[in-house]
Amino acid sequence: MKIGPDDIRTVARLARLNLTPEEEASMVTTLDAILTYMETLNALDTTDIEPTAHIIDLETPWRADEVTNEANTEALLANAPARDGNHFRVPKIID
Amino acid sequence: MNPDLDRYEGVIGLEVHAEMLTASKIFCGCSAAFGAPPNDNTCPVCLGMPGVLPVLNRRVVEFAVRAGLAIDCRIARRNRWARKNYFYPDLCKGYQISQFELPICEGGYLDIHVDETTKRVHLTRIHMEEDTGKNIHDAHGDSSLVDFNRSGVPLLEIVSEPEMSSPAEAGAYLRKLRTLVQYLGICDGNMEEGSFRCDANVSVRLRGATELGVKVEVKNMNSFRAVEKAIAFELERQADTLDDGGHLVQETRLWDADREETRSMRSKESAHDYRYFPDPDLPPIILSEDFIETIRRALPELPDARRERFVSAFGLPAYDAEVLTSRRDLAEYFEAVVAAHGNAKAASNWIMGDIIRLIHERKLDDAPIITDWPVPAANLAALIALIDEGTISGKIAKTVFEEMLTSDESPRAIVERKGLVQMSDESAIQAVIDEVLAASPDKVAEYRGGKEKLQGFFVGQVMKATGGKANPPLVNKLLMAKLKA
Ligand SMILES: [Zn+2]
Repeated sequence: MKIGPDDIRTVARLARLNLTPEEEASMVTTLDAILTYMETLNALDTTDIEPTAHIIDLETPWRADEVTNEANTEALLANAPARDGNHFRVPKIID
Repeated sequence: MNPDLDRYEGVIGLEVHAEMLTASKIFCGCSAAFGAPPNDNTCPVCLGMPGVLPVLNRRVVEFAVRAGLAIDCRIARRNRWARKNYFYPDLCKGYQISQFELPICEGGYLDIHVDETTKRVHLTRIHMEEDTGKNIHDAHGDSSLVDFNRSGVPLLEIVSEPEMSSPAEAGAYLRKLRTLVQYLGICDGNMEEGSFRCDANVSVRLRGATELGVKVEVKNMNSFRAVEKAIAFELERQADTLDDGGHLVQETRLWDADREETRSMRSKESAHDYRYFPDPDLPPIILSEDFIETIRRALPELPDARRERFVSAFGLPAYDAEVLTSRRDLAEYFEAVVAAHGNAKAASNWIMGDIIRLIHERKLDDAPIITDWPVPAANLAALIALIDEGTISGKIAKTVFEEMLTSDESPRAIVERKGLVQMSDESAIQAVIDEVLAASPDKVAEYRGGKEKLQGFFVGQVMKATGGKANPPLVNKLLMAKLKA
């Protein structure tokens, strides 16, 4: 096994997912299969190959430093589940 | 200093976040200006809506390279963007676009001066990233409010090696770095408004030990004084804990400016796990030699070079040069005064005295760039010119200066309006001297009997009788001639 229930619980916590014990068990099997498949790729010798950060051979395009957006606050806030004046409202955060 | 600290030495590294002075945000065309109404400077990109694509602001890269060249860093020709993943309501995408492997600058150093010695503090790295929004916690009982105007404002994160050992060194490093980013025009350096923020990594170890102690991250300091006080408190707390046989834990602590102490910030999550990975939306940045050289050629004169030039070109004392170049705007103000009239030493004296006093009094110190000078540079130059040409005395100049603070008139106009032109007419001064001497025959006799320090008394009487307008060297000359006659 490449992965165990503890790993699944850690990953789920980082992703803010609540998994039932049944889901946890099925995740172990599914993710283990994916990681086992990766073994096939690991078999390749990549000693002299630079790590790939991006699959398309492009440079980052850039733009001039110009303000092109106007305030569109009403339309943007219209998508929010809750608002308070011009603020987005979210459940209280406790540090 | 606490006796405990004699046994220990501090190990301090600083992480600075500098908001860049770009017009627009890092990945969208929203304004990066401070102080807009909540959420006015937002769009689907900086609100993290699904399906949007970031497009990099070229000036962000230029500013990062500018900083790297000024600090003597190695500039990476190939740059990579990474996603730093965590959940917090001010981070709308659930990740921050930052750099992890291959930051834009590595290495470099700043030389700081503390207690007459120079110390070289090395930098680990400088990288580019986007700022987050802002949560407002206490407005409502059961909810928090979020303003995303700062979301996507470009930041430079500047990380030092843990090479400082005292609060004073940390303060000197921070001031030097702020002066530098202000000179470079890439950040306004305003700690109170949060455009120049500093976190400190602080640990102690027994003096002479090579192993590092347990590291504590201190946050929430919004002035130079706060950084120095927080580090001093933390060094003492750690030394005391160890001396009492306690043990330290690696944690984040917040500086409480009112109670002047650091407090543990209890974190729900055991350890940070940001799961960095290359951002698939942003291909690598490839920097050409030409791009870098163009920026190098356009670098402004840096503080150290300017300080040396002020000594060599204007003949200023090292101390004057240090103070005058501590802010770019102050150095430029000084140069404007000198360009208009010359007499660099007089310009320096006025600025180091009255102008800096007024800057403190008017609390302009924290202004990113002072534009509202107590008097315009041209008027200060004109005032010095009036003294140098003998129109007014240095003493009258102080009166004119005070008047200039509340009036838009030129110094010359003030002098004329108030009739302050220096009296240099020999016969007029002679007449006043005759009156003064006639009014105090006993003092004249005493003087002639050997009590020569009475000369000051006579000069004072003449100045008083002329409303301070008599040309002082002329008064002295004529007075001596009369008394010795
Ligand atoms: Zn935007």
